[in-house]
Amino acid sequence: MNSALKTTLGTFGPLIALVVVFGLFALLPSMPSSFSDIYNLKTILTQTVIIGIGALGMTLVIISGGIDLSAGSQIALCSVVVARVMQSFQGDLDYLGFSSSILASLSGIGVCALVGLIMGFIITRFKIVPFIVTLGFMLVIRGGSKWLASNQMVVAPKNALLPLMDVQPEPTYLFFSLGVWILLALLLLLFIVLRYTIFGRITFAIGSNEATARLCGIAVEKYRVGIYALCGAFLGVSGVMQFANLGQGDPTAAIGMELDIIAAVVIGGGSLSGGEGSAFGTFVGALIMAVLRNGCNMLGVDNYVQEVIIGSIIVAAVALDRLKHQGT
Amino acid sequence: MPNETLLRLEGIHKNFGPVQALGGVDLEVRQGEVHALIGENGAGKSTLMKVLSGAHRAEQGKILFKDQPFTATDPASARSLGVGMIYQELNIAPHLSVEENITLGLDTSTFGFRNSKSQEVVECLKRLGHSDILPSTPAGQLSIGQQQIIEIARALFAKSRLIIMDEPTSSLSAEDSQALFKVIERLRDDGLSIIYISHFLEEVKAISDRYTVIRDGISVSTGIMSEASLDHIIEAMVGRSLEEMYPPKNHPVGGPVLKARELQGTELPQKADFELAKGEILGIAGLVGSGRSELIRCLYGLNHRVSGKVDVVGNPKSLTHRPQSSLKSGLNLLSENRKEEGLAVDLGLATNLTLSNLKPYRQGPFLNLKKERSSAQHWLKELRVKHHSPRQPASTLSGGNQQKVAIARLLHHDSRILLLDEPTRGIDVGSKAEIYRLIEELAGKGKSIVVVSSYLPELMGICDSLAVMHKGNLSPKKSITEWDENSVMRYATSGTLSS
Repeated sequence: MNSALKTTLGTFGPLIALVVVFGLFALLPSMPSSFSDIYNLKTILTQTVIIGIGALGMTLVIISGGIDLSAGSQIALCSVVVARVMQSFQGDLDYLGFSSSILASLSGIGVCALVGLIMGFIITRFKIVPFIVTLGFMLVIRGGSKWLASNQMVVAPKNALLPLMDVQPEPTYLFFSLGVWILLALLLLLFIVLRYTIFGRITFAIGSNEATARLCGIAVEKYRVGIYALCGAFLGVSGVMQFANLGQGDPTAAIGMELDIIAAVVIGGGSLSGGEGSAFGTFVGALIMAVLRNGCNMLGVDNYVQEVIIGSIIVAAVALDRLKHQGT
Repeated sequence: MPNETLLRLEGIHKNFGPVQALGGVDLEVRQGEVHALIGENGAGKSTLMKVLSGAHRAEQGKILFKDQPFTATDPASARSLGVGMIYQELNIAPHLSVEENITLGLDTSTFGFRNSKSQEVVECLKRLGHSDILPSTPAGQLSIGQQQIIEIARALFAKSRLIIMDEPTSSLSAEDSQALFKVIERLRDDGLSIIYISHFLEEVKAISDRYTVIRDGISVSTGIMSEASLDHIIEAMVGRSLEEMYPPKNHPVGGPVLKARELQGTELPQKADFELAKGEILGIAGLVGSGRSELIRCLYGLNHRVSGKVDVVGNPKSLTHRPQSSLKSGLNLLSENRKEEGLAVDLGLATNLTLSNLKPYRQGPFLNLKKERSSAQHWLKELRVKHHSPRQPASTLSGGNQQKVAIARLLHHDSRILLLDEPTRGIDVGSKAEIYRLIEELAGKGKSIVVVSSYLPELMGICDSLAVMHKGNLSPKKSITEWDENSVMRYATSGTLSS
């Protein structure tokens, strides 16, 4: 492969894959025509929100050379925390207004950021590989969520968060659901952070070569802790969306979702050895996953077939990435 | 039968992408001779060796071994054809026995069951004059020198006719080296041929029958060792007379800027005291493993400092043991491992260049990328780094140019005290001369520089003063004129100054 082609593949590869996947589905004779209508496109975007936002946070962690296997558990934790806080605000109200709803969301996001902070601290202080620490926390957080939820659904009062994931939002000029707009805003935010800030620069440096970062006097540990905390905050936002989607706190939500989230980052060009990844790529990666799931559902393909397809796509994406890195 | 050609290489070319590693190597090795392959780091010795072991394929040229075209495609097939390799790093499985190590990779089984070959192993060890090593001993219990014997025995066991040794003494003590030379003589008298790769000229001169010098991937000189003078060989290696290589020293040396007192690291260094003056170039010599790199890493804060004090003149407080505090006090370090530590090779040149000091480009949390890029361009131009864009990954540059980028980072940081660990390792001769000139220029601008190097002539060529490490202890610093090659080697090997 020549270098120009490689660069193009690196930048637009995920986007091309998205177009190809969507096109193939749309052209299938057995596919209902409603697959490519506006309403379904809006649905696919809305279905991208939870994984997409989490994947943006995970992009930071993966670029820094780490991984967070507790992502799914953190999303569930956040949804439970939001519901519990809302219950405590409830009193005699049957509807929670905007400010209490926001306050409840911020509590959930804050708890996840704190969890990220603690994991980051353990990873750096005791020099344990992130895989192990976050694997352990996947269970700890899941258990903690169930305990906080008394091992059942936490019913929350009606609140201002519920319309977040409506595919047809009010007012109608919004066109996409609010969740999609939040996803796009966070996408822009992460893009700017990675490209134009010192924090982003240092995240890449740590992931690309930690020894060089140390040599250059970068406080690697502090940044790592910050990166996990920030990823936690993104997962918290994801958890708020999860809560809005169900309308209640569910301690068993998002089981295994960390794998979808990591897959989105990797399909989008993130490298598990660190130093590579982009906000836009991750977004496209999440979209590819959502299109696959949505298309398979519309076709009535069984769940297990979906799993086989998505698993194969992940391996193919990484194989392509390796090819890109071979040679000079 | 001596004087019969065993191996003949003609016009070997090898490219890696656009980089030419070998551009025409001729080499003739006769039966029963020790043939020295001499060249500086980066001259192409290792590439040539990999071509011979079958790890790389030459694009042009021919290789005849025992008058047959040499067709090895990997080290195992090279070994079966009769070419054995002894690499610089020992390849010993420490938990396996001596016998298992020697027979490793060769099929010695009968119907899949292991078959004791201790008789033949004992025979091999005996031929090497080392009957004292027992086949059943775990290899990890042997000394480094003995482990090297195991490697050679492995080649003998495989019935090699030609043994290639790459810098075999680089990790050996003086006694082990002498023992190795005896083994080499025995092998030669047995009729085997040996290619001995090294840049320790004295050693090469003592044990080789003939030599070939390669420079920049081309064989430039070959002949009988006893008829060649050292100066002739050095000039062939370097490609120019020595005066051209090192710039004239004419920088003033001022008052002290840094004082290190009783530095001690976790293992190395044991004890090191020195002072550094403004505009001084201080060389640190010593054997591999004596703690030279550890000394400056400990000083800079990359290695843990157990005890000792580092004071920078003008700073009220001593340095803490973190790179951040060293950088603030004006110290900066060039790593000896360019690829593993010195540079983040997958990141762009500008990113690497500014990584230690992003302050000038800071606007709130944001980076002024335009300003960063123009400043990077300035430094890349200043150091004449061959590049096409400041955004290209550092991995796309040659070793010499990468090193210049790593040095550019120190200059961009505007540090006053530069700790350079093997600044010319693995780079071409032209870049070396440029780096020497740069070091002299920097000293002229009042920077204080510590140079750690395993190549004594370069320290002699550029330094004002020199100190020598011996087993973690640093000798007193003396003016370069008070040292000579003998006194440096004496301290490096014995830890004493007077004879």
